[in-house]
Amino acid sequence: MSLEQFKNRNVGTQNYRMLDLEPTPETGWGRFKRVAKRAVKLELFTGLKVTFREMIKALFGGEMHTVKYPFEKLPISPRYRAIHEMKRLLESGHYRCIGCGLCEKICISDCIRMDTRYDENQRKEVSEYTINFGRCIFCGYCAEVCPELAIVHGGRYETASEQRASYALFEDMLTPLDKLAEQKEYPGFGWISPDADEKIKKTPLAY
Amino acid sequence: MDGYIIGTIIKAVLILAIISALAGFGTYIERKVLAFMQRRLGPMHVGPYGLLQLVADGIKLFTKEDFIPSGANRLIFMIAPMITAATAFIALAAVPMLPEFTLFGVTVRPIVADINIGILFVLGMMAAGLYGPLLAGMAQDNKWGLLGAARTAIQFLSYEVVTGLSILAPIMIVGSLSLIDFNNYQSGGIGDWLIWKQPLAFILFLIAGFAETNRTPFDLLEHEAEVVSGYATEYSGMRWGMFFIGEYTNMITIGFLASLVFLGGFNSWGFLPGGIAIILKVSFFFFLMLWVRASWPHIRPDQLMWLCWKVLMPLAVINVTLTGLVMMF
Repeated sequence: MSLEQFKNRNVGTQNYRMLDLEPTPETGWGRFKRVAKRAVKLELFTGLKVTFREMIKALFGGEMHTVKYPFEKLPISPRYRAIHEMKRLLESGHYRCIGCGLCEKICISDCIRMDTRYDENQRKEVSEYTINFGRCIFCGYCAEVCPELAIVHGGRYETASEQRASYALFEDMLTPLDKLAEQKEYPGFGWISPDADEKIKKTPLAY
Repeated sequence: MDGYIIGTIIKAVLILAIISALAGFGTYIERKVLAFMQRRLGPMHVGPYGLLQLVADGIKLFTKEDFIPSGANRLIFMIAPMITAATAFIALAAVPMLPEFTLFGVTVRPIVADINIGILFVLGMMAAGLYGPLLAGMAQDNKWGLLGAARTAIQFLSYEVVTGLSILAPIMIVGSLSLIDFNNYQSGGIGDWLIWKQPLAFILFLIAGFAETNRTPFDLLEHEAEVVSGYATEYSGMRWGMFFIGEYTNMITIGFLASLVFLGGFNSWGFLPGGIAIILKVSFFFFLMLWVRASWPHIRPDQLMWLCWKVLMPLAVINVTLTGLVMMF
């Protein structure tokens, strides 16, 4: 299934056809006529034809609908809010997080904890960063508030764990250095919209 | 005489082994065909293309707890599945499976007992199979089971009438009750098949066969949406499995009966040798049962009775009368 098909939520605009149903016969003779007509018209074989056609289409037309889930996955919407990802700067490879602590402050389920310190260059450095996914409700506030687009929601939705509290460390969520080239900047949650420039109106000076 | 007894025992054991294996394999085929018709894949993970699924199911059934509810009548509860399975296999005793063939210089007739009332025996044995679901449902102290048993009684008893009456007309034409005579009557190629002389009887027999084997659209005995699992509600493990072996064996029996009586049996069919021809015919009937299950909805019990007594039974009687008149003049 392609992403376009998947994102088509226009239920009700497909080609529905109304059934041409006759009124229910009232008299016994009418009911008898209907039974005789249905028996002679062999309407039941239409049902058989439909299932057989579907089987042929599935077997030889490549229209099998099964997704072998753990081995293949359906695409999810780019706006899906699943497990967080920590992004890196593309040029230097340094992590984007500046340790401002806004995500920790805004988190409504109190699942983010971070510790920062000054490194040798007197820059702020993240020393501890954990998210408790047992508590996280995936509201997306952390990604929304992040000024550096350092924390975003990724697409990894398989979050079952053996215990209630499952912590993710900063390094777990950080893009690995060797995967830096594959780090995708997608217009997903926490990302500014592609037409942001047109939407922003400049404050007039003469105000 | 000794050779006859030993041969009969070997044939009985072979039929029991092969048909119960085929019944198990039938569950796999059913799941696969239903899946394909719904554009699914069906069992895929155990073995290549899920072929070993029936082994996995067998292991599961054998190792499950054999549970007997506290309020149940223990003895009847325990023997009821055996009645279903046993009658289903006994019915096969009078069914000729394949044409005669020679093996190591011995002419083998692939029928356990060529009795002169073959078709009556088969139908009677399948009718006796009614006691399996009936006793199971009444013994298990469960209201769904009781409803299933009641439905068993009305459905099987009613449709036996249709089976018997519909097959009466071919019996009148052939003038024998032995299935081998039926087969020999149609030995002259496709034009001799009884389906051309008795199309109505064929359709009636097929419909009644679906009801007798408890297949959709007549599977009211264990209709999940209405009576949980009907007569099999309280059963688990191998006792439950025996009900299903019996049901699938009955499907195979009905397939054999329909092929032998109406579709030319094991006579060679064009270039096809007789053995392959009848296997193809039985496979078609088996497939038809799955096909119908995938296509058509269940019917209500009152519709079932309506169909039996107001449509099929009068048609069968008319058919018998017309056949008799035609034969007389």
